Amino acid sequence: MKKAVWLAGAMALALAQPATAADSIKIGFVSTFSGPTAVIGNDMRNSFELALDHLGRKIDGKPVEVIYEDDQQKPDIGKQKTEKLVQSDKVDFIVGYIWSNVLLASLKTAVDSKTFLISANAGPSQLAGELCSPYVFSTSWQNDQTPAAMGLYMNQKGVKSVFLIGPNYAAGKDMLAGVKSTFKGQVVGEEYTVWPSQLDFSAELTKARNSGAASIFVFYPGAAGVQFLNQYAQAGIKQQIPLYTAFTVDELSLPLQKDNAIGIPGAQEWVNDLPNAENKKFVEDYRKKYPGLRPTYYGAQAYDAAQLINSAVVAVKGDLTKKDAMKAAMEKADFKSLRGPFKYGNNHIPIQNFYLQDVVKDPDGQLSLKTVATIVKDDQDKFHDKCPMK
Amino acid sequence: MYLVVEQLLNGLQFGLLLFLLAAGLTLVFGIMDFVNLAHGSLYMMGAYFAATFAAWTGSFVLGSVMALGATLLLGIALEYVALRHLYGRDHLDQVLATFGLILFFNDAVRLIWGPAGLALPLPAWLTVPVQIIPGIYYPAYRLAIIAVALAVAALLYIVVMRTRVGMLIRAGASNREMIGALGINIKLLFTLVFGLGAALAGLAGLMQAPILTVQIGMGENILILAFVIIVIGGIGSIRGAFLAAIFVGMIDTLGRAFLPDLLRKVLSGAAASTAAPALSSMLIYLLMAIVLVVRPEGLFPAAKR
Amino acid sequence: MMPKRNTSNAVAALLCAALVLLPVYSAVSGNIFILTLFTRIVIFALAAASLNLIMGYGGMMSFGHAAYLGIGGYAVGILATEGVGSGFIQWPVALAVSALFALVIGALSLRTRGVYFIMITLAFAQMAYYVASALSRYGGDDGLTIYKRSDFAGLINLSDRTQFYYFCLACLFGGLYLIWRIVNSRFGLVVQGVRSNEQRMQAIGFHANRYRLVCFVIAGAICGLAGALLANNTDFVSPAVMYWTRSGDLMVMVILGGMGSLFGPVLGAIVYLLLEELLSQFTEYTGLILGPVLLLIVVFARGGIMGLLGRMSRG
Repeated sequence: MKKAVWLAGAMALALAQPATAADSIKIGFVSTFSGPTAVIGNDMRNSFELALDHLGRKIDGKPVEVIYEDDQQKPDIGKQKTEKLVQSDKVDFIVGYIWSNVLLASLKTAVDSKTFLISANAGPSQLAGELCSPYVFSTSWQNDQTPAAMGLYMNQKGVKSVFLIGPNYAAGKDMLAGVKSTFKGQVVGEEYTVWPSQLDFSAELTKARNSGAASIFVFYPGAAGVQFLNQYAQAGIKQQIPLYTAFTVDELSLPLQKDNAIGIPGAQEWVNDLPNAENKKFVEDYRKKYPGLRPTYYGAQAYDAAQLINSAVVAVKGDLTKKDAMKAAMEKADFKSLRGPFKYGNNHIPIQNFYLQDVVKDPDGQLSLKTVATIVKDDQDKFHDKCPMK
Repeated sequence: MYLVVEQLLNGLQFGLLLFLLAAGLTLVFGIMDFVNLAHGSLYMMGAYFAATFAAWTGSFVLGSVMALGATLLLGIALEYVALRHLYGRDHLDQVLATFGLILFFNDAVRLIWGPAGLALPLPAWLTVPVQIIPGIYYPAYRLAIIAVALAVAALLYIVVMRTRVGMLIRAGASNREMIGALGINIKLLFTLVFGLGAALAGLAGLMQAPILTVQIGMGENILILAFVIIVIGGIGSIRGAFLAAIFVGMIDTLGRAFLPDLLRKVLSGAAASTAAPALSSMLIYLLMAIVLVVRPEGLFPAAKR
Repeated sequence: MMPKRNTSNAVAALLCAALVLLPVYSAVSGNIFILTLFTRIVIFALAAASLNLIMGYGGMMSFGHAAYLGIGGYAVGILATEGVGSGFIQWPVALAVSALFALVIGALSLRTRGVYFIMITLAFAQMAYYVASALSRYGGDDGLTIYKRSDFAGLINLSDRTQFYYFCLACLFGGLYLIWRIVNSRFGLVVQGVRSNEQRMQAIGFHANRYRLVCFVIAGAICGLAGALLANNTDFVSPAVMYWTRSGDLMVMVILGGMGSLFGPVLGAIVYLLLEELLSQFTEYTGLILGPVLLLIVVFARGGIMGLLGRMSRG
């Protein structure tokens, strides 16, 4: 009995967090820090911390406090963490969100409380269209943009036909639809695999090989991308049919994909070797601060989110009650983005370039991603017309 | 025609891989009446061990053999420290305790190896496609999986049907009190069986690692499939597990391969492309539900209890 | 049945009082989040209590109980999307659809026993999960945002945090009262009798499966209610709530708190979800602690926390 009372008391204490010093900038950061995809969350956190280092851990002279919360990749947990940040921690900004479904579940909480939310990765079409909000910005892209760029590149290469393979969930369908929206050749086949539980792609690969398609396009983020490339290479299809990808090869999957990824092109808005000074400094300092790791586009987007916040706070001289002025400042995208300058569309989604990246072997035998070409300049998502903001 | 042959091979290979995992599960379940959700964690540990040892030794085969031994020892240790206290308890207690173990193993792996996962590259001689009959190429490594799994199945059959230990195992599966009454050291037998089950799970994990990935939580989705298999096959029956595993592997692969095209013939394009993936992912569960409605104790019940 | 237990009764009474007074504490301390957190806990407690009805009293170990959370939630979400915002329509539909689903899968599943029952209920829940994932009109895998909470014609405003909390709490107490009445009715005694000795109950002329089925359907409907609450709480519903790990979470709550005791699942939900929330503030490796804790509770505290309290009061 006593124990139970003691326990209840301890819990009440632990839950009753005292309000902290008023004169600091509070940022909530929601991402995935547990489970297999924690590797993405860690990279975003590393880059965000690096951005704060570069800002001298201060924004407009005020100390910055960041509260990291783990969404466990579950929409309702993400929503709960967002509520905690808004209601209990009373943060000034919320950043992060890898997954479209977690973001969609959390969006209302942030918007209703008029807290600025910056998506550093998730880009569902609703966010660009009917759910756009004055308080929501993106430092990434809308889901369809990247595969659409890949479709354009395939046209440039004169690819005649394609076999599409992707996971059967919303982003997967967006991705395949994105390629189809720009690719001018023939779509020979389209296969959806069970997400996230399907492990074996042999049935789909066999079909692709037998379809006579001139190319294959896939979208497999994270571990699934490793599995797909393993099986693609082992089946000997790599020598027969070239593969085009979106979000399948990145710095997190590359150490696992190894040589299987060499020569597999992908489209991305940021590549580690983009030739601007900020990006060089970011990549160098990241590798110095986190030995053995390389930054990814997730991290670059999180870094940009910190810079975007900085630009807004500086513009209102630290008076965070001036929400309209902060919104206006952010809409200018007036900061040095790692991807180079970009503009915001009416829906607060970047209008930006997309690059072709390829995997090459460095002189030291390490694999890394390199920019090969600019596929498309100043690309805007196709949902911005549906956004009521003008 | 080639397409069908190749898809059949794909189904067979997937089914045999599932059998390796299901065999250990059904042994432990059938003999000790113990529901082990942490079987998937042992599968994961097998893959992590193999990736680590292969990187140390530089040899895939040597690393795999060492990993097999390591999973066996881990299984025995786990049984000795924790799980033997749960024999004879309610199934739900076992579910809860081993669910706790899943949480523990996932975070332990994240702490030791980091969240990024590992790679287990194949030696060059296993990466080339092999021409099995003129015109049909098949990945060498998948053929190797088929061969190893068939060998393990044969070995298990011999051990269970032809040896004294196997006799005890069979006796245990059908009547647990009996072997105790015969003065057999049940504790030792149980520890051995659990170790064997763990090694089989580890083998499945390390065999699939080069095809799939080595990552946290890799054992969870496939564990559910393994449970489906042992339930369809009848708990405690190795033969049932073998047949059900191949059945499930075939249904899953062939369903994904041919169902969308079939549906497209009867439904409109849009409806078919929405329904097909959902239906083919449901197929296995549908199959299990039908089997259980018709035969509530699986296709090959090991014994009446 | 549980032994006579003064301590556990006292804890239950304390618990109820604390839950009722929580909004007062939240208002006084200015800690709004604790109310948000406990709203979710209360909803999961209701779901766990419904699972306890079939698992603890009826001996039916369902591993697919989270399916009703999703079905109740989707009933609300789909109706809201189609422009039917009234709670007087949404909620009865949520209950009815959950009950219907329970009726169908119960009729089929109850042919099996033991682990086979666990697996067949899992299979049906997974099917529901995949169906929801394929509903592209309603968000598919990404889930469905609910723009407006259920409207009860001004009787109660679910968008008000405190009102919504008390509404959930009322549902929980109502559900517990219903379960208590069922368990102590003739019907409930038959169901419990079937659990301990099915053949005897058959022999004295009870159609065991009919009683089980009714029990199964009631539990499904109560959990569907929890699903409707959860969807309103998150303003969102997605297939993820139906995934098998969620059914596992519910089972853990019931066993942790104490199967077959009225307040056990409530306690289990509180402890499990609070532990998860608190541990995540201290460490990212919650499983390293939570996992062994679960194992130790099973090994040393039979009958869950309620069982432990029962023994403490005797010893």
